[in-house]
Amino acid sequence: MATHESVELAQFGLTDREIQHALGKVKVRDVDYADLYFESDVSESVSMEEGIVKRAVKSVSQGVGVRATSGEKTGFAYSDELTSRDLEIAADTARYIANSPQGNHPVPVTHRPTLTHDLYPIKTTELNVATSERVDLLNLIDAEARRYDPRIKNVMASFNVEYKRIIVATTDGLMVSDVQPLSRLNVTCIAEENGNRQVGTFGGGGRIGFSYYREQDRYRQYAREAARQAILNLSATDAPAGVMPVVLAGGWPGILLHEAIGHGLEADFNRKKTSAFSSLIGKRVASDVCTIVDDGTLPFRRGSLNMDDEGTPTKRTVLIENGILRGYITDRLNAKLMGIPLTGNGRRESFQSIPLPRMTNTFMLAGQSAPDDIVKSVKKGLYAVSFGGGQVDITNGKFVFSTSEAYLIEDGEITRPVKGATLIGNGPEILTRVSMVGHDLKLDEGIGTCGKDGQSVPVGVGLPTIKVDEITVGGTQG
Amino acid sequence: MASEANLVELAIDLLARAKKRGATEADVVVADGDTFDVQVRLSAVDRLTKAREKRLGLRVFIGKRSASASTSDFSHESLDRVVSDTCSLASAVAEDTMSGLPSADLMAHTVPDLDLYDPTKLDTDSQIALARRAEEAALAADPRITNSEGADFSSYAGRVVLANSHGFVGDYRSSSFSVSVSPIATGTEAEGMQRDYWYAAQRKFARLDSPESVGKEATRRTVRRLGARKVPTQRAPVIFDQEMAGSLLGNLCSAISGYSLYKGASFLVGQLGKPLFPDFVTIYDDGLMPGGFGSRPFDGEGLPSRRQTVVDRGVLSTYLLDSYSGRKLGMPSTGNASRGVGDNPSVGPTNFYLAPGSAAPDDIIRSVKQGLYITELIGFGINMVTGDYSRGAAGYWIENGELAYPVEEITIAGDLKEMFAHIEMVGSDLEFRGRIASPTIKISDMMIAGN
Repeated sequence: MATHESVELAQFGLTDREIQHALGKVKVRDVDYADLYFESDVSESVSMEEGIVKRAVKSVSQGVGVRATSGEKTGFAYSDELTSRDLEIAADTARYIANSPQGNHPVPVTHRPTLTHDLYPIKTTELNVATSERVDLLNLIDAEARRYDPRIKNVMASFNVEYKRIIVATTDGLMVSDVQPLSRLNVTCIAEENGNRQVGTFGGGGRIGFSYYREQDRYRQYAREAARQAILNLSATDAPAGVMPVVLAGGWPGILLHEAIGHGLEADFNRKKTSAFSSLIGKRVASDVCTIVDDGTLPFRRGSLNMDDEGTPTKRTVLIENGILRGYITDRLNAKLMGIPLTGNGRRESFQSIPLPRMTNTFMLAGQSAPDDIVKSVKKGLYAVSFGGGQVDITNGKFVFSTSEAYLIEDGEITRPVKGATLIGNGPEILTRVSMVGHDLKLDEGIGTCGKDGQSVPVGVGLPTIKVDEITVGGTQG
Repeated sequence: MASEANLVELAIDLLARAKKRGATEADVVVADGDTFDVQVRLSAVDRLTKAREKRLGLRVFIGKRSASASTSDFSHESLDRVVSDTCSLASAVAEDTMSGLPSADLMAHTVPDLDLYDPTKLDTDSQIALARRAEEAALAADPRITNSEGADFSSYAGRVVLANSHGFVGDYRSSSFSVSVSPIATGTEAEGMQRDYWYAAQRKFARLDSPESVGKEATRRTVRRLGARKVPTQRAPVIFDQEMAGSLLGNLCSAISGYSLYKGASFLVGQLGKPLFPDFVTIYDDGLMPGGFGSRPFDGEGLPSRRQTVVDRGVLSTYLLDSYSGRKLGMPSTGNASRGVGDNPSVGPTNFYLAPGSAAPDDIIRSVKQGLYITELIGFGINMVTGDYSRGAAGYWIENGELAYPVEEITIAGDLKEMFAHIEMVGSDLEFRGRIASPTIKISDMMIAGN
């Protein structure tokens, strides 16, 4: 049952006429395009530590972002007041970049399509669960993690839910809306033994309802995974330092793709020719076993959207096909300026920020190799299962990501766990060193948040088990 | 903008409504401000943003249960909803015997003028011109600067009101102005492209470095990276420039935050009173520094700001605490409550800095025969529970006391506690560009992973 709640202008206290009038103010001589982005966002977080759910925080925000573009220029203003007077002031600011007198002709908004995607049809009852139910779940998680091992000394868990309603109205005459639920459950465990303290973290989520966390005992699995990692790290020894083969397990290690190539393929950097990938379309940037896509259309995923924040339906975009760089991900401004297709990747953190080309769910397609054979092929190297965050320098292509669960591989066998270490490589080169791709594609659990230009948006990644023949591992053992 | 009196009245009114709904204690934060930001790229305006923002947050205690809520909608109905949401959330969580406001006698009695506000209003065109001047200076400074990610000029002016059910009401204004440039240099085919940046930030416009000097420095930092290469994996001394040394102080702040400590989530649990650094290292946290980015007349719970010695000749002499984390550790608050509008208080530094030493940065470089001078660190490879440290780095290789060539695609790794203990030299070059500042420092030995 899809109970897609419709979003109406009336919810923002506005009428069609006011919207058309505001668009008219900003659609002036030298403005190519302008849009209004109305957003209402309600989020709630409950968190637990030391066995008690002691914090609950709710946040309500509502506002409009008004944007005008003129050539490469963008004028932007936002307001948390939604009167027609505030809209006008914002429109005046946005059109400042165009150096044109104020417009006076209302812009008709006639194209009001129903979205083709319905990727997160969730019953309202699944979204509006009482806070106390989330509190109960956190208590169960605490018990489960402590039961896993008496060396678990503290459990911290948090449950975040967000409910966002947006309307996009444009000078192209488009008006379209979406309701975007999102939630995430996170567990962190601290284990202690003889003064050695270690941490383990696990979590998951997506554009899903509350029952997701109870289905298949997922919440228990999160608790046990966090506890298992913390306990495992009690016996971790120093990580190696230097260049070596690394086998990445499936799932979240796909953050490699996000950092190494994803950001570098965002259209804005390529239009400005500031990316290490700027002139590489059609060229080989990966070995021929690598095909990588960005796909915003996967149902219920954290990185998925029915439409992007400019009203463009999301899609599946092939970034790299059998090793050859095929395309960039775009927003309206950059697609237009570069004369390339719109991919539905124009995203923004909130009404207070401008849309930028951003990833959705970025992953490598499955290959032919058996995961066991991949590990067996390594004489001496690293097997990395879980990662913390990563970062990239777009211009020189250097990227990092840091392991949080990793093991040594010795003579084709996974042996002992090693401490966290940062892996560093060069984006345009690293995937040319991928020699084996497993048949076990796995998407992450739904925990990713990507930062760019100070804006955070939820994203997903995915990866089959792969072998990277050489990458620099930043451990402490030379 | 609502008048000052109005925001204060709003806060007091909200406290009264919360009390009516059954709150035994409560506090309110109201913030509003004007932001402006312009990005100029290759001399044209790339992006111009202007807005007024306002937001309020309410935290209530019903007995020992607590919750908070925030909104940007100040209408009567919205505020009613905030009060009822907060109270019903509070009833859904568990009792926490340690919860509650700090005691009434600890509240700040005066609001000292810390020179945080500059009434200078710059019009749109002059702010565009400032950004443009910065970028033009960067582009003109070296022919290898062929492109740019742009120059940015931002300004902010706003106000914060904090009020609580003890009757404390405090408010202050603050402002900031900043300029930054991010040029791109292109070298030979083998050298490729490099980007770096530089910036200046001040609470008072008149104190801001000239856009030209920021642009020139950005270019200097960018072109010197051209031709960067890897170095072999080895152990060697590592020098952290001002900015990177500041990042280590940031790691120290997190590790001595009361919240990390009582959760057992810090590698510095139980280290109070112990020598963590060599005796020539002294670190201050000064909430009263005039014009400082971390300065404020009172903290996020209404306690007076203070200046304290955090590391006294090598010895950790205080943690950073608010009243809750203090209670958990059996200690009084250190006045370090930091408070976002919508969040519970947490702990943060004010103006946190390492006292300058006597060595000029060049002398520190000269003291190294073979080693690394770091100007950039990327990634998140720091485990605050264990102190394990492993990050991507870029900078220069030092040979015989001179910067020999740029390096990149390497990592540095170690253990934060050992790194602190092995600081070998502290520079004389302390400068404040934000709330955390450090002179150049040298660490005797770290693992460098490269070829």
